[in-house]
Amino acid sequence: MKHVMIPVWFFVGALLGIYGILILASGLAEWSHPPSTVLAELHAPVWWGGVLVLIGAAYCVGFRPRQK
Amino acid sequence: MSLSGVDLAIIAIYFLAVLGIGLYLKRFAQSGEEFFLAGREMTAWVAGLSFVSANLGSLELLGWAGSSYQYGILAAHWYWIGAIPAMIFLGIVMMPFYYISKTHSVPGYLQLRYGRAASGLSAITFAAMTILMSGVNMYAMAVVMKVMLGWNIHFSIWVSSLTVGIYVAAGGLYSAIFNEVLQFFLIWFGALLIPVFGLIEAGGWNGMVARIQHNFPGQDFTHLWSTLGRFEDNPMGMHWTGIVFGLGSVISMGYWTTDFLVVQRVLAAKDIRSAKLAPVIGAFFKMAVPLIVILPGLLGLALLPEHLVPESGLQPGQHSYNEVLPLMLARYFGPGLLGLGVTALVAGFMAGMAGNVSAFATVWTYDIYRPFLRKTASDAHYVSVGRWCMIIGLVVSIGTAYLAMGFASIMDYVQALFSFFIAPLFGTVVLGMLWKRVTAAGGFYGLLAGTLSSVGMFFLVKFNPAMLAVIALSPHAKALAEDMYRALWSCLIGVIVTVTVSLVTKPKPDSELKGLVYGLTPVPKEDNVSLLARPAFWAAVAIAIFLVLQWIFW
Repeated sequence: MKHVMIPVWFFVGALLGIYGILILASGLAEWSHPPSTVLAELHAPVWWGGVLVLIGAAYCVGFRPRQK
Repeated sequence: MSLSGVDLAIIAIYFLAVLGIGLYLKRFAQSGEEFFLAGREMTAWVAGLSFVSANLGSLELLGWAGSSYQYGILAAHWYWIGAIPAMIFLGIVMMPFYYISKTHSVPGYLQLRYGRAASGLSAITFAAMTILMSGVNMYAMAVVMKVMLGWNIHFSIWVSSLTVGIYVAAGGLYSAIFNEVLQFFLIWFGALLIPVFGLIEAGGWNGMVARIQHNFPGQDFTHLWSTLGRFEDNPMGMHWTGIVFGLGSVISMGYWTTDFLVVQRVLAAKDIRSAKLAPVIGAFFKMAVPLIVILPGLLGLALLPEHLVPESGLQPGQHSYNEVLPLMLARYFGPGLLGLGVTALVAGFMAGMAGNVSAFATVWTYDIYRPFLRKTASDAHYVSVGRWCMIIGLVVSIGTAYLAMGFASIMDYVQALFSFFIAPLFGTVVLGMLWKRVTAAGGFYGLLAGTLSSVGMFFLVKFNPAMLAVIALSPHAKALAEDMYRALWSCLIGVIVTVTVSLVTKPKPDSELKGLVYGLTPVPKEDNVSLLARPAFWAAVAIAIFLVLQWIFW
């Protein structure tokens, strides 16, 4: 019997979404005491994490496994 | 630098994800066609991203970022003239022959076109090159771990190799392709912030150029063509003829059209239009890669407080060219983002390893083991051999990692390998596809002469440096320039020998060349396909963008 394969894009979305949540959470946690890196005042983890969550969610929903 | 808990979680999730995906895909990789060619059911987008990702490992990221620190924007030639025309040529001209012949590999095509001798020679040189390239990937990984995390090099190598071994031996090319697509996204999302932050800190492109001129007075690192009139006018010691004829016409054509590591991804496409479109899709992304590879190297020249040095001249406390990307990563990335950046590099390393071992296993099983060692066996037996090959190939390549450490930059080592094995192969394959008069003997002796002459020229310069002025046309030529000219000469020697021997030996009858040679192979027409779905249309758009980029950075 031939299996129905989950699209690679779903895996991409799931991984990006999980990473986005982790990065966004760490960015919010360090908001008042950012790390000693250059340009830390831009709070990149917050907005970049948000971007990852949005893209990850879009891929997960658009390519979720469906019954044939 | 140390990783926080969230960074470690991001890395651990990646390892679990690739292992899980590999084990999930095992059920789909049962037959030889499924295991070695992913069932030939990939869409143009998956095949295209996998095609370009197979060439976007950590080796590429670290090596070319290091080269751009060393040579400036000239390194971008390897992404533009050194890739785009060749990718388009593969998609539009060569792919129909590969796809219609139903070959499983490039040596497999040579078997059909020239017979066992040329195929065997090509398979053995490819297998050797692939193992050596795997070693470079491991070395690149070790560099990341050493610079960023202070991790034990052996620990990093063995954990990553074991993971790659499990997932690629389970799912075959399915696993390799899925992980290459994952890696593509991770690398872009993990590295894109470096040029963004770098340009903000430097004050834009003009601010970056001004800082480079201040840090390195009298040297031009930011022009693509205008310094190539004389060898001594640019940091690479390069002349435009080396870029146009050595890189653009031989090395890149050879790599992108005959290196089975990348061609294998396109052979997995579901139909001929997808197979033609996949390299064209890849070309668009390839053109954008300098943003996350070359630009960080240039920003390193402008912003890093220390001057980096060649690997071979490294003193305690100094950093080498190859470490520029990790240093830039550490400069901007705090907890979370750092984990993503490190994961992107780890993913690049692992995808590069997986690509190499999956291509190695295919060529070893189908082009060496089956024709020379065991001609008749079940499909399941060959799949089993392929799985073991992947494990053994990984173990052998650990040893070759140490070879890579002796070169000034990673890319010098890689380009030297390409000039040995890829440049001569290109002449043989293209002549065989486009000219039916080429004979089996011509193909074999041309390939042999090209390969031996390339290796011979390499050692000639090693033992007698004065010969550099003869082979690379200038005593000022540096390693990359020497590679370009060596590739050019070895390809020309291969072509001349192929043509000469062919003219004095008997060609195959036309009936045996159908599906293999131009003029004897019916290529499906695309008259009923809309303009926007035609590979040729998007190829023209890609070439136009490529030309505009040359003009902008002239």
